[in-house]
Amino acid sequence: MAMSRTSASPPPSGGWDRIGAMLLGGPTGYGFMVLYAAITSALLLGNNRTSLFTDIVFIFFLLFALLVYRAKVVLPFKLLMGVLTFGVVLPYFGTLNPFYIDVATQAGIYVALALGLNVVVGFAGLLDLGFVAFYAVGAYLWAIVSTPQITNIFPSLGPVPAGWFYVFILLGLVVGGGFGVLLGLPVLRLRGDYLAIVTLGLGEVIRVLAVNLDKPVNITNGAQGIKDIERPPIPFEAALLEATGLDQNALYQLFFYFLVLLLVLITVFVVRRLKVSRIGRAWTAIREDETAAIAQGIPLVRMKLLAFAVGSSFAGAMGVVFAAKQLFINPPTFDLLRSISILSMVILGGLGNIPGVVLGAILVTLLNLMILPRVATVLRQMQDSGVPIPEAFDPTQYQRLLFGLLLIVMMIFRPEGILPEDRRRQELHEDEPEIVDEGGDGKEVQASA
Amino acid sequence: MAAEANVDARQAKGQRSLGELLRIVLGPLGQVLLFIIGSAVVLGLIVIIFALLLSSSNPQILQTTLAILPQVIIDGIVRGFLFATIALGYTMVYGVLEFINFAHGEIFMVGGFVGAAFGYTLTSMGIIDGFPPLLFVVIAIALGMLVSGLLAMTTERVAYRPLRNAPRLVPLISAIGMSLVLQDLVRLIATNTPLGFNARFETPSFGPALQLATMPIGDRDIPVTISIKAVIFIVASLLMLLALNYLVNATRLGKAIRATAQDRSTASLMGIDVNQIIALTFLIGGALGGAAGVLFGMNIGTVNPYMGFIPGLKAFTAAVLGGIGNITGAMVGGIVLGFLEAFVASYLSIFTAGAFSGASYADIAAFSILILILIFRPSGLLGEATTQKV
Repeated sequence: MAMSRTSASPPPSGGWDRIGAMLLGGPTGYGFMVLYAAITSALLLGNNRTSLFTDIVFIFFLLFALLVYRAKVVLPFKLLMGVLTFGVVLPYFGTLNPFYIDVATQAGIYVALALGLNVVVGFAGLLDLGFVAFYAVGAYLWAIVSTPQITNIFPSLGPVPAGWFYVFILLGLVVGGGFGVLLGLPVLRLRGDYLAIVTLGLGEVIRVLAVNLDKPVNITNGAQGIKDIERPPIPFEAALLEATGLDQNALYQLFFYFLVLLLVLITVFVVRRLKVSRIGRAWTAIREDETAAIAQGIPLVRMKLLAFAVGSSFAGAMGVVFAAKQLFINPPTFDLLRSISILSMVILGGLGNIPGVVLGAILVTLLNLMILPRVATVLRQMQDSGVPIPEAFDPTQYQRLLFGLLLIVMMIFRPEGILPEDRRRQELHEDEPEIVDEGGDGKEVQASA
Repeated sequence: MAAEANVDARQAKGQRSLGELLRIVLGPLGQVLLFIIGSAVVLGLIVIIFALLLSSSNPQILQTTLAILPQVIIDGIVRGFLFATIALGYTMVYGVLEFINFAHGEIFMVGGFVGAAFGYTLTSMGIIDGFPPLLFVVIAIALGMLVSGLLAMTTERVAYRPLRNAPRLVPLISAIGMSLVLQDLVRLIATNTPLGFNARFETPSFGPALQLATMPIGDRDIPVTISIKAVIFIVASLLMLLALNYLVNATRLGKAIRATAQDRSTASLMGIDVNQIIALTFLIGGALGGAAGVLFGMNIGTVNPYMGFIPGLKAFTAAVLGGIGNITGAMVGGIVLGFLEAFVASYLSIFTAGAFSGASYADIAAFSILILILIFRPSGLLGEATTQKV
């Protein structure tokens, strides 16, 4: 849909748009895709040490997903390229360097979470600052039922067999959505900014409950968290172990990578279909003008509730996967900073726009997991060689600063995100024509500097 | 023209009799006192009824409940004034801009750090022991107010003013970002100076706590005490409420603030510099937050960069509880919330025989109040019902 709109729009205003259109479509489109995939894959496979260079190549490699999504080429070609890169090259690279496949898996989890939050914030315009609570609910669901923890609650029950994991992904979906409805019901009548504060409070409440529900009945095992969470059985595990010659841990890494990849694909599909459906249009109407939406006969609370439920059910399902992958969860994993980082992903990439959100999630996750630790190492080396850098400064510990600056800068200079949705951009620059507006922004900056 | 206007203004002021002025300035004090007494009586009766209900299974419980009741009430007053002073900043900014200044909790925290830094400076100079305690309090509060007020003004200029006409959520997100940035900036500064992450708040000695009474429990006597610092806290926040009330309701500047809150564009047509008034509102709100930070840090004894977040959230709850935009309402909301928390924190574990730890469930109680208020009485205890402008 978005593509046809771009191509139908009047002559591309800048050189960038023209270059973009050329690279994405037509015969050059095919060539560019093949070239991009070939170069990044070759660079990746040719050098499998963990280094800053590999990090950067890896980012470009992951961003190929966007190209696949956006390019105007025939579908079978897209699928072929997607399977080749993410189904063959990346897993193979993962066997050479397990660090990167783990990063890719985590990025995938965040992509799904950010897409879920995007339904709430981007589509329906409800600022949810307690999103991680639903993720926590899913994670604790699997953590409790797959460990002896369940016996504390229901003395007659033991841990469920690991194979039930697949059922519990679906159950996580249901429970997450159910919690979303339960928490959303009282608060969705509130106006936007109150809603933000209340969801933030609810997120904290869930975390405080996770810390404190070890008495009187030990449900969550308190601040120690739950360990030895069960991993799901891999189908044909013995055959796969023999065929690939990997050890069990490496196989599990690949397994979770493919599982998350599958879930991300499903999420993207569902969110895309939702967006262009009647429901999605109702959400857009609510976001743009509630009063007008009511006048059009849109059931306001029901639609908001639905957005809340859809978003939180994705988070619930991903929580189950996260618990099974991590094998250990504790309350601090689900603090406010996690909610804020997911929000930053959505805002950085572009509220409401699916490729934008995927981009934002990948960038922020990689920044967090690869770039910041790398910068920290470099700084430490500089410190050792006598450059005056404060001793207590460790970039990995200053995520708040990073996310905070990111939010402020994005809000002031580009509230629609890196890859904006057309409609959203118009909404945010309603008053003036775009070029005049940008000039105004520039003046504002100079005045404040 | 200008001279005439001045004469008019003087006449307008002159016409207001002293009695009326006193009523305007002291009226809210009466309301606050009323709510203190009311909350204490209502919550006290509730716990006594609970204790009576439970006393059949546990005969000790009534005696324990009664014995700690006075201390809990004092604790509630102190907590209440803490939330009240922070809530004033939220409510002023909201009244003028209809904007939740998310970073206000951090402004409060910065005030605490300024006080701690002052204490540290005096300690390292070796003169803290002989320093007159009252002078110390006054200087620390003045410094905290100055720094926090200027900081609040700066945040407004940098992060909120460019976004003033943007859709509602845009400045809110920017404010969340500002809150995170301030937390980590202060942490960066604190951990690279001798203050450290958990900075000690050194003060001159204030002498022993005042003993008000003793309550017999079993064969022991439990003293009911209130520390001098807590007394200073209460007196200082009452003074701040009075000063703010005078400023907003009885001065020309206050009139300008109220006009800006009512209608920004019309106010600017009346010759009010709206930008300046908004900046001043942030300055005043931030200064109050900073003072609260100094007083809080002094009471607790340590400050840390993340300490502003939860009190900030609760103070926002208090502001909503009292009716956001209403100054007396913020005070009243803070008092009620403080009492509620103190009662939950002290009595929950007694009544459930230790099954639930009261201190952590007090947070949950505060947020539940916020949700309940927003659902059933969004205009708050003292607020007027408003309809949403279309």
